[in-house]
Amino acid sequence: MMKMKLIAAAASFAVSGNVWAQDLQITVTNLTQGMYFTPLVIAAHSADASMFVVGESASPELQAIAEGGDISGMGTLLTSVSADLVENPADGLLAPGARIETSLSSADGNDYLSLASMLLPTNDGFVGLNSWKIPTEPGTYSFTLNAYDAGTEANDEIVNGAGAPGEPGIPAAPGMNAGIGATGVTSTEDNVLVHIHRGNLGDDDLSGGKSDLDNTVHRWLNPVARITIVVN
Amino acid sequence: MTIYRNPSKKSAVKILVAASLLLFVSACDDDDEGLMPEPEPMLYRYQVTVANLTNAQPLSPFAVVLHNEGMLWNIGESANDAMENLAESGDNSQVLGLGVALAGVSGEDIIMPGSSETIEISLADAMPTYLSGATMLVNTNDAFTGINGLNISQMALNESISMVMGSYDAGTEKNSELAETIPGPAAGGEGYNADRDDVDFIAAHPGVVTMDDGLAQSVLTQAHRFDNPTIRVTVTRIE
Repeated sequence: MMKMKLIAAAASFAVSGNVWAQDLQITVTNLTQGMYFTPLVIAAHSADASMFVVGESASPELQAIAEGGDISGMGTLLTSVSADLVENPADGLLAPGARIETSLSSADGNDYLSLASMLLPTNDGFVGLNSWKIPTEPGTYSFTLNAYDAGTEANDEIVNGAGAPGEPGIPAAPGMNAGIGATGVTSTEDNVLVHIHRGNLGDDDLSGGKSDLDNTVHRWLNPVARITIVVN
Repeated sequence: MTIYRNPSKKSAVKILVAASLLLFVSACDDDDEGLMPEPEPMLYRYQVTVANLTNAQPLSPFAVVLHNEGMLWNIGESANDAMENLAESGDNSQVLGLGVALAGVSGEDIIMPGSSETIEISLADAMPTYLSGATMLVNTNDAFTGINGLNISQMALNESISMVMGSYDAGTEKNSELAETIPGPAAGGEGYNADRDDVDFIAAHPGVVTMDDGLAQSVLTQAHRFDNPTIRVTVTRIE
């Protein structure tokens, strides 16, 4: 379903005399009770690169993540700008309440950290971190992340297996606790720029209603993730 | 529950406080017993002020504990029985009695929306490493908020730490929002129930749905909805 290119960031970035290169240990925790994270892409990149910007249109690569969980395009894009990246560290979905620890070595000039992963089940929701300046001072840094809406697809909340960019619908509800037969919450996307996700609506009718999502299971409040970064 | 340790002959020490550093300068042995002044017990005292930021979620009496190890809860892990009890019923007695608690104090009353309460807690002789606290959002099935293992070991006298905190779901009771399952004034239903019929791990709370937003069986109304953060906590070392 998703093509994973695993670029293990081992200690192979031993560029001699590189005073700015940094070894990072990164832990991402899914704080939600009922939302899954698709394979994460985490990258250290230069100041002039970004995976997304709030208030701007999503790139096709971000759209592919937010609508279908596909990080391959973003991986290619990041590699083309010499970013250091970790793809799919959880080897699949990061379940509600679960955490993943990974490491990343950032090369000289790749001083900013970003992250993206789709939230399932949503139409085009994703958890994101945009261009966090990696501190030069060794230490442990911890903060929370919010859920965003890519603005590329109407939040109809119909689980129909559609994950390709531009196709309406939600690709999957991994918890196997969604309904069927919904008529759709909305058919339009009013804000087509990246914005804070307003959350799933859901309903209490798993065999009909407006939404296939369960309003006691598939809602969330921000923040949705905690990231802890150890700068060595 | 504050534990006071009596200085024994062998452990009697004179404690000098210099620039907020503790210097243990001279331990006296049995022979010197009569010559040393009786040491003043060193007391570490903290004020914890909790403000309820919600619209209509009264908070159960806030439990504060001092401890050197452990956490009250861990995201992704099962709630311990003490936290299940607190999150489902508001009863904080088991949290206050946790084995790791060096001291435990309960707030005097329910903290109503818009109100705040200040609780004092102290420990003699040894500076505690962590301060934790927890309270239930009572018009819910099993929502709670609090602070979890705040490191206070470097706090100087009169120093304050202030923070806002979001809410968690104990994961021990389904968020049915049925009247018989919610103990708060919105429902007057059951509190603690030993059954664990939900995901059985602690996570961030998704919020309440309510009858006004699509959950027909809910006893709650739009007034009971909440968002993060739900409390402001200020911890001050006062002695």
